[in-house]
Amino acid sequence: MTELDEGVKSRIEKEISSNEVVLFMKGTPVFPQCGFSSMVSQVLSHIGVEFKGVDVLAEPTLRDGIKSFSDWPTIPQLYVKGEFIGGCDIVKEMYENGELQELFDK
Amino acid sequence: MSMSANEIESMIKEALPDSVVVIEDLRGDGDHYSAHVKSALFNGKSKIQQHQMVYKALKGKMGQQLHALALKTSAED
Repeated sequence: MTELDEGVKSRIEKEISSNEVVLFMKGTPVFPQCGFSSMVSQVLSHIGVEFKGVDVLAEPTLRDGIKSFSDWPTIPQLYVKGEFIGGCDIVKEMYENGELQELFDK
Repeated sequence: MSMSANEIESMIKEALPDSVVVIEDLRGDGDHYSAHVKSALFNGKSKIQQHQMVYKALKGKMGQQLHALALKTSAED
């Protein structure tokens, strides 16, 4: 993992502290540019969760920075109340076993 | 850039020697696989930690040489 630049780190921290639900994704919720990002975006919309989509394709430093920040090698990445929840596989699994809905009912 | 199923399996088993690894080639292009990894080393670990252990086993190839790995992990019962 590349070293995390302070500017990128504070940018990420600001996003995840000022928005309850943040999805770092490729593309936007309306125009996702990757199947995995699209899947998570659709799951969140399907269960009625509002979220901030951050397009890492528009900010290459963010695309690498987020991977170092969470020690997670892929995009998308979901954050709820500042906590890293997971990528596509984990969000999908949580949705299938009801954990995702529970997370937002709290 | 791609990886073979055997390469993925042997890298995971090298890091998680007790693991049972079932890999499916989703598209036949060496770039899109699903893997179910079962290991006692996952016991007590969160889902994120379990997946991170598999990604570490792949030594930086995940998201680079290997574009898509639909991953499912389960601890030993």
